[in-house]
Amino acid sequence: MSQAALTTERRNPAFYALVVALIVMALGPIVMMISTSLKLNVDVMGETSSLLFMPTVANYETVLCDVLWYTPERVEYCDPTFGRALGNSLIIALASTAITLIIGTMAAYALVRFRFMGRGTVSMTSLMMRMVPPAVLLVPVFGIWTFDFCVGESCAAGTYWGIVLVYVAMNLPFVIWILQSFIVQVPIQLEEAARVDGANPFQVFFLVVLPLIKPGLAAAAIFTFRIAWNEFLLANALLDRNTRTVPVTIVNSLTEYDIDWGVIMATGSLLAIPPIIFTFVASKQIITGMTAGAVKG
Amino acid sequence: MAPAVAVMTVALLYPIAYMVYASFLDWNPSQRIGEATFVGLRNYTSLWSDESFKESLQVTLKFAAFVVSLEMVIGVGLALLLDRNIRGMSVLRTIFILPMMIAPIVVGLIWRYMYHPTVGVFNKTLNSFGFESVPWLSDSFWSLTSIIIADIWQWTPFIFILSLAALQSLPKSALEAARIDGASGWQQIIHIKLPLMLPVLIVTCLLRLIDAFKVLEVVLVMTNGGPGLSTEILSLRIARTASEFRELGVAAAMSNYLLLVLMMLTIAMFVYTKISESRAEKLKRAVEEY
Repeated sequence: MSQAALTTERRNPAFYALVVALIVMALGPIVMMISTSLKLNVDVMGETSSLLFMPTVANYETVLCDVLWYTPERVEYCDPTFGRALGNSLIIALASTAITLIIGTMAAYALVRFRFMGRGTVSMTSLMMRMVPPAVLLVPVFGIWTFDFCVGESCAAGTYWGIVLVYVAMNLPFVIWILQSFIVQVPIQLEEAARVDGANPFQVFFLVVLPLIKPGLAAAAIFTFRIAWNEFLLANALLDRNTRTVPVTIVNSLTEYDIDWGVIMATGSLLAIPPIIFTFVASKQIITGMTAGAVKG
Repeated sequence: MAPAVAVMTVALLYPIAYMVYASFLDWNPSQRIGEATFVGLRNYTSLWSDESFKESLQVTLKFAAFVVSLEMVIGVGLALLLDRNIRGMSVLRTIFILPMMIAPIVVGLIWRYMYHPTVGVFNKTLNSFGFESVPWLSDSFWSLTSIIIADIWQWTPFIFILSLAALQSLPKSALEAARIDGASGWQQIIHIKLPLMLPVLIVTCLLRLIDAFKVLEVVLVMTNGGPGLSTEILSLRIARTASEFRELGVAAAMSNYLLLVLMMLTIAMFVYTKISESRAEKLKRAVEEY
């Protein structure tokens, strides 16, 4: 494109208006959630304009009352459900991410270096997995986890490891696939050089290969964490009162009438914060992961 | 390698095989699977005389068709409009992927709040301009429209980002040649850009279609399928059949139908990529020989 064309385009005000409108549309609902979470119920229900209000952290105090280091004044009755759910969500999401990454990297490395299966097979399985909706897994996973996967009296349903197993399996095909495309780019000569210098296979893997595929690891970690953190349906079916995650508690607290919007939006904001942070820190890796399926097969 | 295969067998392949078996049973959640009676194909055939299943199938198809076509038009349109070298494009992309990153539950929550009959922003705005309130989530026509709008908000950026990536990787020479030959902006779009983007667009469209059949949480939070069955998409129906009506066999049969549809879409996509790859290969060889 010639320089002249570029500069005239840059000055086009309609173009900028469009960009601004798009940003407002994309961010508006999220901003609205956060601002509602800072309002008292009186302000939410009030007739007056929604822009003028006294921000308050009362809703967050209600939600987090039992994990706070101080006792909030305004909260009369402390419901520990949410604090516990937040802990559960963190444990489950972090464990799923760690296990998926460990198993996934090993598998991807083996696939590339020892040529077990063609790349076609892997991308096919990864695609197939993308296809399976969680709703389809609901019946069998519920049945198996409640009745089959039992050690003595305790079954996989309701436990952390039960749900982590599902999340790991759901994410593995994608993680293997994306890591594989990064490992392929590591020149084999580099590994051979390290081996000549006397590094054992583990050292080669941990000191040479892993540092080079960091961006791939970041993308894989974010995708796995996001799915485990956001997932509702299977968590709802498998987990019990003590191991429930945040999405499940949110849906449970949604009743037909009398929703305390401030509190529920505070919960929603807390659930949304980790993915938002990831997005701003690693948007490039996320876009790589997202477009990998379509732009290059 | 071995652990990966083990995990996937135990937690993916086994469940899917289990589900195929369960779809032939009359099974409720309090029984062990061994105690359930075998009913053959009854679960499958009885679904076709089940009005509410047909209704939800229809809703799903309508939802998927509208959502994917509108998102394709808007997403590709925006990509064509915004395909310029502006500073801050990466910031724009970051902002656009936010709706896809936050939990579907939260997306549903936000939209349910915005559609709220009295405190929601849409009705407040309408009222302040003197218009009537719209029954966003309590009327069967509007509720479907509302979930479609919410889905467009969440997923158009996906198509936008993919088509922008496709646009920016187009061969510069073709566009330059067109410009030199005096093609107008529209002509460039219709005769050069869109045909060259087509492979990516088709794959994007199929990916989006697959995902549109998987939507569940957003709708669950916003309408829970109601009013009536007007927004009860198939995956929601499966979840409700399993947990509310306690008919696991029927739910499994429905899951298999859904899986079948998705499998066809996936295979279509796979075949398409294979064909276009081999065509590109042939073309390349032809050029080299020439």
